[in-house]
Amino acid sequence: MSPADTHPHDVSDAAQKPSRRRFLQSAAAAAAVSAAPLAHAQQQSAATPAVAPPPAAVPMMPVKLTINGHPYELQVEARTTLLDALREYANLTGTKKGCDRGQCGACTVIVSGRRINSCLTLAVMHDGESVTTVEGLAPDGDTLAPIQRAFIEKDAFQCGYCTPGQLCSATALIDEYRKGDASAVTADVRFRPAQLSDDEIRERMSGNICRCGAYPNIVAAVKAVATGNA
Amino acid sequence: MDAISYQRAADIGAALSAASQPGAMFIGGGTNLLDLMKGGVMRPMKLVDITHIDALNGITALPDGGLRLGALVRNSDAANHAWVRERYPLLSQALLAGASAQLRNMATVGGNLMQRTRCAYFYDTGFPQCNKRAPGSGCAAIDGNNRMHAILGASRQCIATNPSDMSVALAALDAVVRVTGPNGERAIPFAEFHRLPGDRPDLDTTLQAGELITSVDLPPPLFADHSKYLKVRDRASYAFALVSVAAALQMDGGTVKSARIALGGVAHKPWRAQATEQALVGKSLDKATLQTAAALAVQGATPQRDNAFKVSLAQRAIVRALQQAGGVA
Repeated sequence: MSPADTHPHDVSDAAQKPSRRRFLQSAAAAAAVSAAPLAHAQQQSAATPAVAPPPAAVPMMPVKLTINGHPYELQVEARTTLLDALREYANLTGTKKGCDRGQCGACTVIVSGRRINSCLTLAVMHDGESVTTVEGLAPDGDTLAPIQRAFIEKDAFQCGYCTPGQLCSATALIDEYRKGDASAVTADVRFRPAQLSDDEIRERMSGNICRCGAYPNIVAAVKAVATGNA
Repeated sequence: MDAISYQRAADIGAALSAASQPGAMFIGGGTNLLDLMKGGVMRPMKLVDITHIDALNGITALPDGGLRLGALVRNSDAANHAWVRERYPLLSQALLAGASAQLRNMATVGGNLMQRTRCAYFYDTGFPQCNKRAPGSGCAAIDGNNRMHAILGASRQCIATNPSDMSVALAALDAVVRVTGPNGERAIPFAEFHRLPGDRPDLDTTLQAGELITSVDLPPPLFADHSKYLKVRDRASYAFALVSVAAALQMDGGTVKSARIALGGVAHKPWRAQATEQALVGKSLDKATLQTAAALAVQGATPQRDNAFKVSLAQRAIVRALQQAGGVA
């Protein structure tokens, strides 16, 4: 994938220009053995493939995922990461590819209630599971989730590229804290952390890098939601 | 990444059978293996997904008062399990010191044991020399940037370190690794699971071909009241250890009844500091005693060009970890 493909501004012109993503979608759709239950990317392409499938294609495997409450049936290579399945096959480009090696957290999604790096897991390993991406955090189209509102109110981003991962991570963090999970800065792991201090938030968000350095405002946004002040 | 085939194993028998095929590897959390595959460092032809094998999951009490951690228990679940937090806080601390919340949600106990080194020359195939990746090719780290590398137990073939935090705590706790394979089941004492590089740095562990880790067993808890995992690293979170110390004490008033100390970031395997442990028995935790004992841990250390600082850092980290474990810091 070229740097241009992962740039935050790549989405707007994707519909006009041929891109590797669209090629992959089409190729995947042409190899599909069944249509997706909903009218998502692969199904619409399956009717009229834009390009011929690649020669001697790597075998495709079916993967059923529930993404943001909607059923998807994708045809992917075994080596396709969950991140690429979301972006290139399900056409959900809100989840970002940063380092693609588990170091930056831009690809963070919530799978079966747990935040994970979607770049370091294979889509086929999650057959039958449910995934929440940034597109699924808001309860409906017009109402943002509290953490999304807090990020806006606290000015918790600048370029926004890490934000989808930050939002998914923060959403799971608050659940983990409410369950009583400990962290590396919890004074005594034998007891629940007394409060979600700034140190606790920083430690628990350390898997999400922000190159713009919006960290103080990210901490403020997470704290506002966790303490009910959002 | 090369094209691969994928098989989801329903049970242990199916997993062992699938793994006997050429080029097959087990995959658990995948956080290290997929990273290495993307870099071309590891190139399996087939992945056998063991993550749906129920028999490898769960945390159960053992009849002797110990605890069994299934190989598939996620690092985050192990760290936050009520019994682990209460009875083995050292292990909980070590797990929480590793990686990020997202990675801990993926990584398994068994997979953590199988982590490869983070030596940059191993990780980057642009460097032709690495005896661990390409046996016989040499070691680029010995004459290269070796700030992160071993000061104890290294060989002329390899100076890489083991990156795991969890394993350092398990070494101190005298855990046992249970495995099954083509020749049946066996139990491997933790000290014998990882190996020193010697002239076979390509081998990280004593696992045999086709063997599968089924669980890690912890002996009855002795150290819940006095333990500390201290990790020293270049940034406060989400970084590998320069030096780490798992310290566990049994105290009789102000006197040490028994001590367990293991070091991370200093060797090809978690490094038990037995001379230090023995030197503490019957003593109080005053600073002079601790410094004398800590010095024994680095006797015979052979630092490289860039990491002599680890010799003094390890001693200071041992002293501080023992002070915190003993409640005298």
